[in-house]
Amino acid sequence: MALLHTEHLEMRFGGLSALEDLNLAVPAGGLYGLIGPNGAGKTTVFNLISGFLKPTGGLIVWDGREITGEAPHRLTDWGIARTFQNIRLFGELSVLDNVLVGFHCRSRATWGEAVLRLPRYRREELDRRSRGLALLEEVGLAEAADQPAGKLPYGHQRRLEIARALATGPRCLLLDEPAAGLNPQETGELILFIRDIKDRYNLTILVIEHNLRLVMGLCQHLTVLDHGLTIAAGPPADIRKHPEVIRAYLGK
Amino acid sequence: MATQPQRSKPIRTSYLTLTALVLLFLLLWGGTHWADEYQVRLLNNVAIFITLAVAYNLINGVCGQLHLGPNAFITLGAYTAALLTMTPAEKTLNFLVTPLYWPLSQVSLPFPAALLAGGLVAVAFGLLTGFPVFRVRGDYLAIVTLGFGEVVRVLANNLQGLTNGPLGLKGLYPYTNLWWSWGVAAAATAVVAALVNSSYGRALNAIREDETAARAMGINTFRHLLGAYLLSAFFFGVGGGLLAHLITTISPSLFTFFLTFNLLIIIVVGGLGSTTGAILAAAGFTLAGEWLRIVEEPATLLGFTIPGIPGMRMVILSLALLLVIIFCRRGLMGRREFSWAGLGRLLRRGAAGAAPGAGKI
Repeated sequence: MALLHTEHLEMRFGGLSALEDLNLAVPAGGLYGLIGPNGAGKTTVFNLISGFLKPTGGLIVWDGREITGEAPHRLTDWGIARTFQNIRLFGELSVLDNVLVGFHCRSRATWGEAVLRLPRYRREELDRRSRGLALLEEVGLAEAADQPAGKLPYGHQRRLEIARALATGPRCLLLDEPAAGLNPQETGELILFIRDIKDRYNLTILVIEHNLRLVMGLCQHLTVLDHGLTIAAGPPADIRKHPEVIRAYLGK
Repeated sequence: MATQPQRSKPIRTSYLTLTALVLLFLLLWGGTHWADEYQVRLLNNVAIFITLAVAYNLINGVCGQLHLGPNAFITLGAYTAALLTMTPAEKTLNFLVTPLYWPLSQVSLPFPAALLAGGLVAVAFGLLTGFPVFRVRGDYLAIVTLGFGEVVRVLANNLQGLTNGPLGLKGLYPYTNLWWSWGVAAAATAVVAALVNSSYGRALNAIREDETAARAMGINTFRHLLGAYLLSAFFFGVGGGLLAHLITTISPSLFTFFLTFNLLIIIVVGGLGSTTGAILAAAGFTLAGEWLRIVEEPATLLGFTIPGIPGMRMVILSLALLLVIIFCRRGLMGRREFSWAGLGRLLRRGAAGAAPGAGKI
């Protein structure tokens, strides 16, 4: 059974239909791609799944439970984490603190325990710090741990955003255009990086991308959107030859 | 930067903190014995404004929410504490037009209990207003909180049977002394600093930096903001109670938006988000306001006699504020905080500057 699936998902903004009848089925452990030209409704799908928008119709089901319209922080709690198309780091906080914020949602200690530095809080904080440093080591940002996140080079900011999402302890990761603004070499590194974290953290990954080279090389299954409609779905090899996809991307 | 031996550090800092606390204790003890009435009053004022500014900085600087209603919470704390410490006889003397409502007219509590009650009433008001306030953000939040501030003042003016209306409450016993005011200031600072340096403080900082991303990180932004709002409300309430028993006469006109505005100036000058900055600016602002009274008195300068110009100190204060905003746009401290290690570095750099080559240890 699919870990995450949507049924007839629909989103309208007033008279504008941003998304119609979307039926996704992402199996556990899959690497799924969502592609389409600008304005196709890809980010809308992410905002619906991650709870930032409430759909006007249809269902979203996560691990057998309906989650349509739940608040973002609860979804993160249940194991859905996301990144943003335009990087949204906590710019003035240090690189390490950015990751530590990600761990915060798993914290059991209350406000009082935190202020009084009671044992449970101290234990959790020590644990967070060591895991945070280990995570930064893994993504290759350990040396920048004390720098403000906003001062990192662009490619590193992308990595940090993914590391921060990993810190929330997700089972499913939604990556919104992770290769935007990266050069071909960095894109190649990113593909390896995504594969690596997928295996290491046993993740299911749903990725939005413009860069066809990246999705073709990365994903096992693609769904193509255009003007809010699903125009094709299937493995990358089929999508490449699909006449509707060629028309949407290249024009007739 | 040279790396320091790590192990002895926490112990050394706790010794330094302990020494600072003992020093504060000795200063207060000295103050109660040798300072004159005017100096004591000034010191009390400084401590109360430190309490208020530190609390205000939590919600406004750390969380980044433009809360413009601290005067409402201070009013509630002041009136609650005052009504609880006054004796039934004093209350009958005060409430001449409309008698005070029944249970309040009979009770009389010790000062600490009254202060605590002032804080709790402010928290209760915070719980009531928190839900509508945190449905909005930015300018709208500013307007909503500003509105609540005015509502409380207008209510205090009109609920004759509870607040004695515009006449206010007179002849409160001056319970506020250096121990109480500085004790509360130290407690407020310790609690707020501990919170800001905890995992919750990081989450609050994250909300200020990017609320959308904070929500995606699993932070329940409403509950976090409400928590900070209530904690600041508590200290506003307690600070209000201290203020009431320092000036011994309170009326609604004391708690207008100007009070909020002064606090806002303090935390902006100190550096939004810096507790250290809030403390320094609160002390500086309170003391400067007093010391600058000299410029309003007639003076003889180079043979010219200058008549006293009332309001001159406000002009100078505004100029000082302008200079701060022009030359350190993010306030005196920015977002930096005081730390013993930081002070050590500063002193070492100073020593190295005075004797070149001596800085390398």
